[in-house]
Amino acid sequence: MLSIKNLHVRVDGKEIIRGLNLEVKAGEVHAIMGPNGSGKSTLAHVLAGRDGYEVTEGEILYEGRNLLEMPAEERAREGLFLGFQYPVEIPGVNNTYFLKAALNAGRRHRGLEELDAMDFMKLVKEKLEVLHIDDSLLQRPVNVGFSGGEKKRNEVFQMAVLEPRLAILDETDSGLDIDALKDVAHGINALRRDDRAVVLVTHYQRLLNYITPDFVHVLSDGRIVKSGGRELALEVEEEGYTQLRRKVAPA
Amino acid sequence: MAKPAVDHYLAEFSALRAELPGQGLEWLDRSRRGALDAFASAGFPTPRQEDWKYTRVTPIEKRSFKFADQNGIHVRERDVERFNLGTLACEQLVFVDGRYVDALSRRNVVDGGARITTLGSAMNASSQLLESHLGRYADITGQPFSALNTAFMTDGAVIHVKNQGAGKPPIHLLFIATRKDVVAHPRILVIAEAGSQAAVVESYTSLFDGCYFTNALTEIAVMEEARVDHYKLQEESIKAFHVATLQVHQDRDSQFASHSISFGGQLVRNDINVLLNAEGAGCTLNGLFMASGRQHVDYHTRVDHAKPNGTSEEVYKGILDGRARGVFNGRVKVHPDAQKTDAHQSNKNLLLSRDAEIDTKPELEIYADDVKCSHGATVGQLDEHTLYYLRSRGIGEAQARGLLTYGFARDILDRVDLAPLRLKLTDELLERMPNAEQLREMVQ
Repeated sequence: MLSIKNLHVRVDGKEIIRGLNLEVKAGEVHAIMGPNGSGKSTLAHVLAGRDGYEVTEGEILYEGRNLLEMPAEERAREGLFLGFQYPVEIPGVNNTYFLKAALNAGRRHRGLEELDAMDFMKLVKEKLEVLHIDDSLLQRPVNVGFSGGEKKRNEVFQMAVLEPRLAILDETDSGLDIDALKDVAHGINALRRDDRAVVLVTHYQRLLNYITPDFVHVLSDGRIVKSGGRELALEVEEEGYTQLRRKVAPA
Repeated sequence: MAKPAVDHYLAEFSALRAELPGQGLEWLDRSRRGALDAFASAGFPTPRQEDWKYTRVTPIEKRSFKFADQNGIHVRERDVERFNLGTLACEQLVFVDGRYVDALSRRNVVDGGARITTLGSAMNASSQLLESHLGRYADITGQPFSALNTAFMTDGAVIHVKNQGAGKPPIHLLFIATRKDVVAHPRILVIAEAGSQAAVVESYTSLFDGCYFTNALTEIAVMEEARVDHYKLQEESIKAFHVATLQVHQDRDSQFASHSISFGGQLVRNDINVLLNAEGAGCTLNGLFMASGRQHVDYHTRVDHAKPNGTSEEVYKGILDGRARGVFNGRVKVHPDAQKTDAHQSNKNLLLSRDAEIDTKPELEIYADDVKCSHGATVGQLDEHTLYYLRSRGIGEAQARGLLTYGFARDILDRVDLAPLRLKLTDELLERMPNAEQLREMVQ
């Protein structure tokens, strides 16, 4: 589904990603862990298509297509979703119609009939229940005045409605209390299917107590320095990144 | 210095004098002549005058606009319908090229607790109310456009609010332009007696996209504990000139709100002046202007806090695209007497293109020491990060821009209490977006 080969990315003239390789197949959940500044968020935004990220080398294939040639909106319509670490507040834009527009943009793109207001609300109600989200959130402007936890829940809610094929979640677990963390994990688990994939970008392993990844990768200085199974996350937790880095790349 | 533009209006006045309403009323005659003299001696404003620094009126001077006669009016009822305030049943006075047309108007639809007279008939009936109030609030000295209006004023409305009018439908004054090279001088007087309430809507629109000139003056007196809500929708032809002054005088514990929305016109100037002349009076001034192409929109507001415990709250937003230019000048003067004044002003502007420009200037003059005053002005573009967020959800760039622009403007429209008007304004706003159809689907 996703194939990243020898990726090099510069941001503001500085090389952040330095030769990254990653293969994600349908049905898999990958966790990418790493300390601050390792390039985790840069990777997430390069995948989503943020402007200002210069790919100097390497390639990214998504479903066999060159992802880097697609503008951000097309990537989204093709089923790629990024859950933001810092979801953006959009004053004056109602959460419901924002989401309806997003959903229908994707459906149009895929040649499906657009959902009308009634069918859309039916879908929304189903997803809300699963995520324990208060429906008053729907009538408010996107993320405006939301607490940190509400913003993250809202990201996962958007993901649930849009049903992406590849979901990348950038530190969706950060700043959440235990209840919100469980709900968010529940939302992500509910999305798991044989024809979908999830990439969790995270600093801590605690989200992985609720979502069992198939693969764990440790990112350091813009490269994946170690890959393994679920147990690697626990190793990171116990030893810390510094220790791990020393082990894999002695100075 | 030769002033051919001024001479043109002097000659027009001589030619029309005998036909203007209120013949034989000495006070009115004196008022007209005084105004004409004031206009002649001031001439049209120039950029050397501080208040007109960014707005050149030479395009108005260059044209010899003619006063419209009533014979040339050919407007059918169905041409007017689309300018109604939705399906709201309300008093609606229709003016075509500045002239009142009874056949198109809807009168005595509801009992709103207000007596509504056309200006012409009030003059011809030598109304006492008119004599005591007309011209009492608006200054014509050094205000050539107000002076010009006062010299020529013929049509408009006199609204006398006596009873409790809370929750009553608004009074709609609808000005429709149909002919080019014509000048209209709409004149409106609203007197809200103690304890009364009223809502007045002024709409300026056109059935064609030619060049004409609207020169309006509205005076509003809000007596003790009365409340007036004033709404203005300016959607003149894209080639039109629109100059208007709103002059408000407030008495003790009165409330006034102005909602001014400006979409049309090639050259637009709005002066909104409020005098809080007694204790406890409060005003709210909201405005939204949107301009593109080579449109020029200028808002000058002035709030005078003359007495203690007054409040004023101003929020103006501008959206400028193409090579459009906007001006906002917000003056707040807190007089020595006006202790415990609470005055806040904000002007936020969105520039959608490189060539668009805004000059924004808050002017606070505070002569009392126990007051709360604040002001803020911002000029910005659409936030790139927010656009990216929208795009990352599959919303195309053009649509994302439209959505954010709409989001920027929306809170001004949300302040409009009258639901049918709010819907109409929202519609008008969306209509002016590049991808109106898609946006409409998203927000409705």
